[in-house]
Amino acid sequence: MTTTAPAAPTVAATGRARTATRRRSPARRRSTPLTIAMLAALAYFLLPLFWLAVASTKSTQDLFGTFGLWFSRAPQLLSNIRATLTHDHGVFLHWMLNTMLYAVGSAVGAAMLAAAAGYGFAKFRFRGDRAGFNLVLGAIMVPTTALAIPTYLLFAKVGLVNTPWAVILPSLVSPFGLYLMRVYAQDAVPDSLIEAARIDGAGEAQIFFRIALRLLAPGLVTVVLFTLVSTWNNYFLPLIMLSDPSLYPITVGLSSWASQTAGGGSGANSDTVVLVVTGSMLSIVPLVVAFLLLQRYWQSGLATGSVKQ
Amino acid sequence: MSVITARSSRRTAGPLFVAPFLLLFVLLFLAPLGYAAYLSLFEHKLIGGTTFVGLDNYVTAVKDPQLIHGVLRVATFFLIQVPVMLVLALLFALALDSGLVRLARVVRLGIFVPYAVPSVVASLMWGYLYGPDYGPFAQLSKALHVPVPHFLSSGWMLGSLANIVTWEFVGYNMIILYAALRAIPHELYEAAAVDGAGAWRTAWSIKLPALRPALMLTLVFSVIGSFQLFNEPNLLQRLAPAVIDSAYTANLYAYSLAFISQQINYAAAVSFLLGLVIVIVSYAVLLTANRRRTP
Repeated sequence: MTTTAPAAPTVAATGRARTATRRRSPARRRSTPLTIAMLAALAYFLLPLFWLAVASTKSTQDLFGTFGLWFSRAPQLLSNIRATLTHDHGVFLHWMLNTMLYAVGSAVGAAMLAAAAGYGFAKFRFRGDRAGFNLVLGAIMVPTTALAIPTYLLFAKVGLVNTPWAVILPSLVSPFGLYLMRVYAQDAVPDSLIEAARIDGAGEAQIFFRIALRLLAPGLVTVVLFTLVSTWNNYFLPLIMLSDPSLYPITVGLSSWASQTAGGGSGANSDTVVLVVTGSMLSIVPLVVAFLLLQRYWQSGLATGSVKQ
Repeated sequence: MSVITARSSRRTAGPLFVAPFLLLFVLLFLAPLGYAAYLSLFEHKLIGGTTFVGLDNYVTAVKDPQLIHGVLRVATFFLIQVPVMLVLALLFALALDSGLVRLARVVRLGIFVPYAVPSVVASLMWGYLYGPDYGPFAQLSKALHVPVPHFLSSGWMLGSLANIVTWEFVGYNMIILYAALRAIPHELYEAAAVDGAGAWRTAWSIKLPALRPALMLTLVFSVIGSFQLFNEPNLLQRLAPAVIDSAYTANLYAYSLAFISQQINYAAAVSFLLGLVIVIVSYAVLLTANRRRTP
């Protein structure tokens, strides 16, 4: 790995340097037109979320009767939240818990499997290792939804549909996660360190769990976050796998509420609109907060995926 | 531990580390594909039961006008939405990396936040915003006495869907590109400055070439995402059932075949074909992009 000595502006030697430490001088000029353009873009991306925050404080009547992008005169966020959480014997809380179970179970499982296999492929030579890795690599291109219907058909045959396993199991296999972990393990775990541990008499499992896993942690966090988001946001797979509403994750649950409001929500079920809006708002809070808190991890993780190729 | 057992445990350790992943890969990746391939060779009729029909389902599928329309529609979607999304992501990443923007951190996070919003919620929100009666755009148009835009009409629908997907994924792609930009060694910029290169010249000659691998990654993921478009049209279908029919996208069609009209065998053939189309398009994109690099 190249060291990034700041006082070495020789071009040829540093062309391959991957690590970047760039400190910009504080007295830098800023561009006002560019800032305004970026703030306009920011407004577009935040507009729907602002609408959602406003809408979740409104009654059904105000939702349709007042201007959508500003608060009404009688905000009732708390009673909306209460209505959402207690509707249908608290099924919304059930969905929240299901989502967490599916997302955390899949993410941790997928990351551990990918870490072990990535380490195995990166640090050991054995018969068929190339073929095995290339087989999995080819599967990165296979779209998950094209796989979902075949998986449903198979799971229906063996009686796994309409169980939590139907959602968790398919999310455990992450070809892209394996690819990331292999690339990561190659550099992050030095061969000399493994060799030294062997000489000290450590077993292979011990080396992996005690030494390698710690060095792989940043890559591991990336795979956890990726899988967490994709399972949390997954809609198609649980939609086809689950028929029992008490097993739904939040996405399928919200969608089922929304389907009761079809036709503009002015019919008999119009109060459900409030539930859909407030439920949507509640459902995005955990992930948005997690992303803001874990910034450092996912930003460096995404860098690994895009730079190390 | 003796030397001999250590050596033999070393030989078996590699396969043991990869075994759990590969086992699940076979069970949950290859087995469903194999089972679907098997099912796709049969036909089920109310009278006569299940019979082996060979490749008949595939012959039907490639001539099925609904499937062809669905595939063409997602192909159109891909050709319009993906360039817009990636160009926006690239411009935002370059702007943020240039250091010329105030509040850059806030802007970066704000643009990324939609990625954390489930596509179901994104579609529901935009669905309400698009609403021709009570949506805020309709309200504004009425207040200003200009014609109300019909986002959910058949002419606008593909654009409206593209807007939702763009909203969801620009930030994600921007972060990937931004991360790649941050990894460019500073010495290259200094050298360019010594050579008298301006900001645009630096962006064109140093930043864009360095972004190639990251752009390829985002492009291939976009191919996969576009061609399996399902969530957004599935949710907007309720607001505009006359515009989005059950075969609006190829994936909606596969879904309705399997779960509404219960044609399991034909649905298996269609998902198989759809997966094949996506793999072929992904590789085609990769190959054309790679060929362009080596003149």
